This record gives sequence, C-alpha cells and structure tokens, in this order.
Amino acid sequence: MQLFLEQLTNGLAVGGIYALIALGYTMVYGVLKLINFAHGDLFTIGAFLGLTLLLSLGLTDHIGPVAGIIVLALMVMGLVAVIGALLERTAYRPLRTSPRLSAVVSALGASIFFQNAIMLIYGARFRVYPHDLLPTTSISLFGVDIPVMRIVLFAASLVMMAGLYYFVQRTKTGTAIRAAAIDQGAAKLMGIDVNRVIMYVFLIGPALGGAAGMMVGLYYGQINFTMGWVYGLKAFTAAILGGIGNIPGAMLGGLLLGVIEAMGATYISLAWKDAISFMVLILILIFRPTGILGERVADKV
Amino acid sequence: MKPATIINILVVAALLVAPYWLNAYWVDVLNSIGIYAVLALSLNIILGYAGLFHMGHAAFFAMGTYTTAILNTQFGIPVLWLMPLSGMVAGFFALLVARPIIHLRGDYLLIVTIGIVEIVRIALVNNVFGITGGSNGIFGISRPVLFGHVIRTPHDFYYLIFAFAAITVFFFLRLENSRFGRALNYIREDDVAAEGSGIDAAHYKLVAFVLGAFWAGMAGTIFAAKMTIVSPQSFTFWESVVMFTIVILGGSGNIRGVILGAFLIVGLPEVFREFAGARMLIFGAAMILMMIFRPKGILPPPPRTFNLDFLSSGRGGGK
Repeated sequence: MQLFLEQLTNGLAVGGIYALIALGYTMVYGVLKLINFAHGDLFTIGAFLGLTLLLSLGLTDHIGPVAGIIVLALMVMGLVAVIGALLERTAYRPLRTSPRLSAVVSALGASIFFQNAIMLIYGARFRVYPHDLLPTTSISLFGVDIPVMRIVLFAASLVMMAGLYYFVQRTKTGTAIRAAAIDQGAAKLMGIDVNRVIMYVFLIGPALGGAAGMMVGLYYGQINFTMGWVYGLKAFTAAILGGIGNIPGAMLGGLLLGVIEAMGATYISLAWKDAISFMVLILILIFRPTGILGERVADKV
Repeated sequence: MKPATIINILVVAALLVAPYWLNAYWVDVLNSIGIYAVLALSLNIILGYAGLFHMGHAAFFAMGTYTTAILNTQFGIPVLWLMPLSGMVAGFFALLVARPIIHLRGDYLLIVTIGIVEIVRIALVNNVFGITGGSNGIFGISRPVLFGHVIRTPHDFYYLIFAFAAITVFFFLRLENSRFGRALNYIREDDVAAEGSGIDAAHYKLVAFVLGAFWAGMAGTIFAAKMTIVSPQSFTFWESVVMFTIVILGGSGNIRGVILGAFLIVGLPEVFREFAGARMLIFGAAMILMMIFRPKGILPPPPRTFNLDFLSSGRGGGK
C-alpha cells in the first residue's frame, strides 16, 4: 500500500508534466489538425533556457529560491512562446493549404532543426540542474513519505492548467480559439481573425511546454538535447488518451498516463516502462480512437 | 528514344562504373544510399501508392535484420539464403500489427506506427526471449557468399546491393502498372469512391502493408550482412523518419523520385560532413523549405491520364 501511494504521487507529479506538454499538442491539433512534432523540442528548449537563466542571472540568490524560480519560469515561458510563434510563422503558416503530409514533414524538419540547434549550443552531453534549490525534504502523510518537490510540481501544473482552462472558457480570445477549433471557416465568417487565434495557440502551447521542460530539469536534475521527443511522444499519447483536441482531456490523459506509467514501472517492469505507454497508445487507438473525453467526429467525405 | 529513357540508361551506366573511381569510404556511402533506396521504395508502396501514413517502417526492417542475424549466428545458415525468410518474418509481423490498425485515419495511423517502432526497439533492447542480445546487439554475422565468391569489401557489396536495388525497381515498376498497383492508386485518391466501385480497400491496404514490410525485411538481410553487427540503435524512430522523408521529399509515388530522394537525404549529409553539427541544422531547415516550395517532392509522379478518346470516336461521337 505504501509503495502504491508513493508511486501514485510520483505518477501524478510526472503526469502533471505530461499534461502540460499534452496541452500544446492538443490545442494545435484542435485548431490546425497538425501534429506539431517540434513541440517536444520546444519543451527541451524550455529546459535548457531555464538552466541558462538559472545559472547566469543568480536570481535565486537575490530573491530566494521559490520567488526566483517563479520569475525564471515566467521568463522561460515568454521566450519559448516567442519561439513557438516564430515556428508557426515560418514553418507552418505557408503550408496551411498544402497536403497534410507536407505539414508533417515540415514539423519533422523543424524538430531536427531545433534538436541540432540545441546540440550545437549546449553540446551533446547531459547537463545538470542545481539540486539544492528546491527543498529535498519529504512530508509524511498517512504514513507515506511524499517529497515536497512532487507536491510543488503537481501544484504548479494544476495552477497552470487551471489558468489555461479559465482563459479558454471565460475570455474572449479563449472563445475565439474554441470557435476556430470547431470550424475555421465559420469562425472567419463570424469575424474571428483565425491567424491571430493560431498565433495565440502557438504562444500558449509552447509556453506551457517550456515550463514543463524546466520542471523536468528541477525534478530529475538531468537534461539532454534528445529528451524532447520521448516526452513529446508520451505527451501526445496523453493527448490521444484524453481525446485529441480536447483540453480537459489532455489534462486527464496526462495525469492518467503518468500514473499508469509509474504503476507499470513498479509492478510490471522498469525496463518496459516506455513500451507500456506506447501499448496504451495503441490499445486506445484501436478500441477508442476518440479518447476518453473525445466525441466521435463524422468523417468528411 | 525518349529523353527520359536516355537519362535512365546514362544514370544506370554511371552507377555501374562509379565504384572504379571511388575509394572505399564513398562506395560505402553509395551502399548506404542503395539500402535506403530499397527501404524507401518498399515504404513507397505503403505511403506513396496506398497513401497510408506509415512512420514505423524501421520496425519491419529490424524484424528482417534480426531474423537474419539470429538464424545466421545461431544455426550458421548462409546469409543470403535467409533473405526470403527474413522478408516473410517481417511480412507476417506486419500482417499481425496492421490488421487491427489499418482502418485508422491518417494521423492516427502515423502515431500508432511510431508506437510500434518504439515497442520493437524497446523489445530488442530488453533482449526479448533472450535472443536479441540486448543493447549490445548481435555480432559475428558471417559474410555472404555468392557463386563461391565471398563478399567482403565495400566494392563487392556495391554490386550485391546494386543488383538487389535493380530487382526492386523492376518489381515495383511492374507492380505500378498491374491491377494491384492501379487499385492502390485509386484507393489513395479516394478510398470511399474506390470502395463504392467494388474495390476492397482494406484488403488492398493490408496487402500493400505486408508487401512493403516483406521487402524491408529482405533489405534487412543485406544490411545485416554488410554490418556484421546489428544493434537496436539502427532501428529508432528517426530511422523511420529518414525513410519517410526520402519518400515524401523525393516524390511520393514516383520510383525515380524516391531513388533521387535517397541520394539527397543519405548522400548530401555525407558530402557536407566537414560542417559537422551544422549540416543537420541545415538539413532540418531544408526540409521545411522543400515543403513550402515543392510540397509534392522533387520529382512528383506524372499526373495519370486516362485515354478517353474511344468515347468520342465512332457513331454519333465527336464534334
């Protein structure tokens, strides 16, 4: 039982990170019907930018670790958002009316570009986050030791998800995003600037992904230029699990996948951990391609 | 003769004599290009003809390679004899995995096939059934022997691979104009209409999938023989991406385009080797630019025209 609860908290902390990345996939897919293969690399960029700013600005020394990390995270989110919007402008917008495969190849090209850019700038070896920033203590809850770090990460991802949910459900821009996701043509007729909506999607998704990258750096301590695609693929699995294009679905899928993976690693096999998430992906697509919260969409003929 | 025919003959002739002027390194590069060309041609059946977004071709390639590696090192069966068997193992595996997923629409199929290639790679790393050698892989695969001649040097391999590629091109050219090839073409253009006119689209898609996998499995035999060491690193998702990109950038559905794609995508990074890391950066950017300026690839297939003259000839027809 103790092991179970321990793994549950671990799964939820990692799941929160998956959920944040998954939101970027699901929002882009919802509006553009495009799998943004470069999204995982934006997440990596977030992790590396976070490390650079952390080491160079010394903010955590001046205003304390917690405030420092929050300010740094906001900076990273802003920077990654700008990169995301630039990516959309250069690699995806010219292809909006092209065949689907062209956009997929362009996304793969962007992914290769980012990965090698990170490698050229930071080198190919693992980089290490300072490990003495956040408390390494644990608190005891019902006889289970839960590291404070997990709680902080989980809370942080919940706050960001709640913020996004509020933004999408309650603000005018959020409504425009939802409208464009349902029917771009109709949204245009209603006076919505679809290009603007897409730009917002490419600002928000990468911002959340960038934050997730920094969270992974803080949680695991190690980052590498290739880590984006494993996380990216898992997060995409999470998005499909919840129902692609569905924002609450991505959140639920992320948390669920984190827990499934943590349980699988503990009770089945650590070596097959990654395979378990892909099995989940395949089973979901075979038996319920619309995901848990997704609705069946009629095929366009 | 048509200019295209002359160009074809010149290219084939140049490729036949090229190794005489090249050192072992560049012949080896050509050998890689040849293997990738065959792999991409086999993927072209699935992606280019049947229009199925399949990004897991490395899984089938891995099946064939490992079948050859295991049976050769364990039972000493000569490498080249294992070619049809490796193809069949890959094809059978494709049949098993494709059956439940073949009905999935575009992007979903893409993601599932990525999942499959990753599961296969993890299985290889985890030394599944204790026969794949884990992350170290399998070494000591014996050299192929053809007509009593041991194939060892890159130059020897060049002609083996050239012959294999030539057979592949011949086979797929025949296929293109067969009843099967035309049915696939029809399915790609509009599978609902194809179903409507009595073509069993799911069946044809499945056959295309299995055939492509079979061919990739055979390419695996050549790969195993050339490397003599195989390990899971050769069968990552990125390997699939390379094959996928060759087909799309070269010209999906066009045999000549796919071969040209293999030359550009495998060959060019070698040419620019001195630029080290930056070449892959440029490569990624080039992929984006290509898609923006030539979305159908460098050599897209010529538009198919159907001769409908007979409608206007004879009684009452024409203007």
